[in-house]
Amino acid sequence: MIDWVTLLLIVIKLVVILAVVLSMAAYLVLAERKILARMQLRHGPNRVGPFGLMQPLADVIKLLTKEDVVPAGADRWIFLLAPALAALTALLAFAVVPFSPPVTILGREIPMVVIDLNVGVLYFLGLSSLAVYGVALGGWASNSKYSLLGGIRGLAQLISYELSMGLALVPVVLQARSFSLTDIVMAQQGLPFLVTNPIAFFIFVVSVAAEARRVPFDIPEAENEIVAGFHTEYSGMRFGLFFVGEYINMVILGAVTTVFFLGGWHGPILPPFVWFAIKVLAVAFFFIWMRGTLPRLRYDQLMHFGWKFLIPLALINVLVTGAVLLWLGN
Amino acid sequence: MATIIFYILAMTALAATGMCITRRNPVHAVIYLVNSLFAVALIFYLLGAPLVAAWEVIIYAGAVMVLFLFIIMMLELAPTEQPQGAGWRRWAPVLLFSLIILGCTVALMAVDPDAAEGVPTYYASPRIFGYTLFQEYALAVQIVSFQLLYAAVGAYYVGRTPRRRQEAG
Repeated sequence: MIDWVTLLLIVIKLVVILAVVLSMAAYLVLAERKILARMQLRHGPNRVGPFGLMQPLADVIKLLTKEDVVPAGADRWIFLLAPALAALTALLAFAVVPFSPPVTILGREIPMVVIDLNVGVLYFLGLSSLAVYGVALGGWASNSKYSLLGGIRGLAQLISYELSMGLALVPVVLQARSFSLTDIVMAQQGLPFLVTNPIAFFIFVVSVAAEARRVPFDIPEAENEIVAGFHTEYSGMRFGLFFVGEYINMVILGAVTTVFFLGGWHGPILPPFVWFAIKVLAVAFFFIWMRGTLPRLRYDQLMHFGWKFLIPLALINVLVTGAVLLWLGN
Repeated sequence: MATIIFYILAMTALAATGMCITRRNPVHAVIYLVNSLFAVALIFYLLGAPLVAAWEVIIYAGAVMVLFLFIIMMLELAPTEQPQGAGWRRWAPVLLFSLIILGCTVALMAVDPDAAEGVPTYYASPRIFGYTLFQEYALAVQIVSFQLLYAAVGAYYVGRTPRRRQEAG
C-alpha cells in the first residue's frame, strides 16, 4: 500500500526545493555581477528594475527568444541533451541535503530532507562525478576544436580533483561515524568539523572550486585560450542551461560544504533554516570573492597542484585523523 | 512491486549492453554502457546493497567510463568500419557463448532445484558491509590492493619517457 501523505510531502518538498534553488541560482548570477563590479570599481547591472533586480528575468527572456543553433556536423541528440545533463546532475544532489531539523506539523514528524539515504555522502560523490558527462559530451558533440579541447580539459580536471574531494570527506565520515548527511550535521552539535579538521576543509573547498569550474580553476572555459571551451557552439537557452547549471552547482556545493564542515543548521538565536541559508550564501560569496581576486591557473599548474600536493595531503590527513580518533577512543 | 522493477531494470541493462557492443561510434557505445551500469547499480540497491550500488556509480560510471571517454576524445577515434569476412564469423562466437551460459544455467537448476529461488534478500548496511570486508576478508582485500599497486608501478615503468628508460638501462 502506498502511503499517499508521504508521497504528497515528497512532491511538495521537491517543488519547493526546485523553486528555491532555481531562483537562488538566477539571483547568484546577478549577485556575482554586482559584487565583481564593486570589486572592480564599477556599478554593475542597474537598469532593469530597482537596483537591477529584474536583470535575471530580462536575461531569461533574451535567451529564450534567441535562435537555437545546432552546428553542421554536430551529433544532434547528444548536443541537444548535454546542457540538460549538466543542470540535472547538479539539481539531483539536493535530494540528500538536510536544511533544517525535523519539523512537527499536525502531530506528524516531517524530516526536512527529501530522502535521508544511509549512503548520502556516496550519493553526492556519485552525482558530482557524473556532472562531467554534460561538459564532456557537450564539448565532443559540438564538432569544434575549441569545444573538444574544453571538454577534454573538463574531464581531466574532474578526474584529478574528484579524488581529493572524496579523500577530504573520509575524515568527516570517520568523525561522524555515518554516511548519512543528517547524522553528520547531528555530529557537529558542539563543534563544526571546520574547527576540528581545518585541513580537510581546505582540501574540500579547493576541490569543490575545481569541480564547479570556478576561477582560478575555470580552465575548461578559458576565454583567452579556447574561446569559451565546451559551450563555444551553444546559443540561446541551451547556453543558459549550462550557465545556470554552474550556479546551481555553486548553491549545492555551498550547501554540502555547510553540511560537512560548517555545522549545517546549528547556530544560536536565529531559526535553523536561516542559519543554513546564511552559511550557504557565505560560501557562495567566498567563491565570488575568489573570482574577483585570483588569476587563472595554467593547465599544468592545476594538474601538479591536484596530484602532487592535494592528494598526498588528503591521504596524510586521513591517516592522522584515523590515528587521533583511535587514540581518543582508547 | 520489487519484481516488476527488477525486470524493467534487467531489460534495460541487457538492451543497453546490446546497443553498446553493436554501436560503431565509440562515444555512443560509452553512453549506452553508462546506462547499463546505472541499471545494474539500481539492481544492487533493490537487492539490499546500497553501498555496492553507490560504488558501482562512483567507480564504474563516474571514473572508469569517464577515463574511457577521455581516451576516446583525446585520440579522436573515428567510428569503426564494418569488418570483412562472412557474416557467420561475426555471429558464431556470440551464439556459442550464449549457448554455453544458457546450458550452465539449465544444468545448475536441474542439479539443485533450490538454486532457482536464489539467495534470500539480505539488507547490508554500510557498517555491516565494512566489517565483513575489512575483518572477515581482510587478507583478500590486502592481496587485491597489492595487485593494484603492482599494476600502478608497472604502468609507471612502461609510461616513462624513452630517454629516461635508456638511462636506467
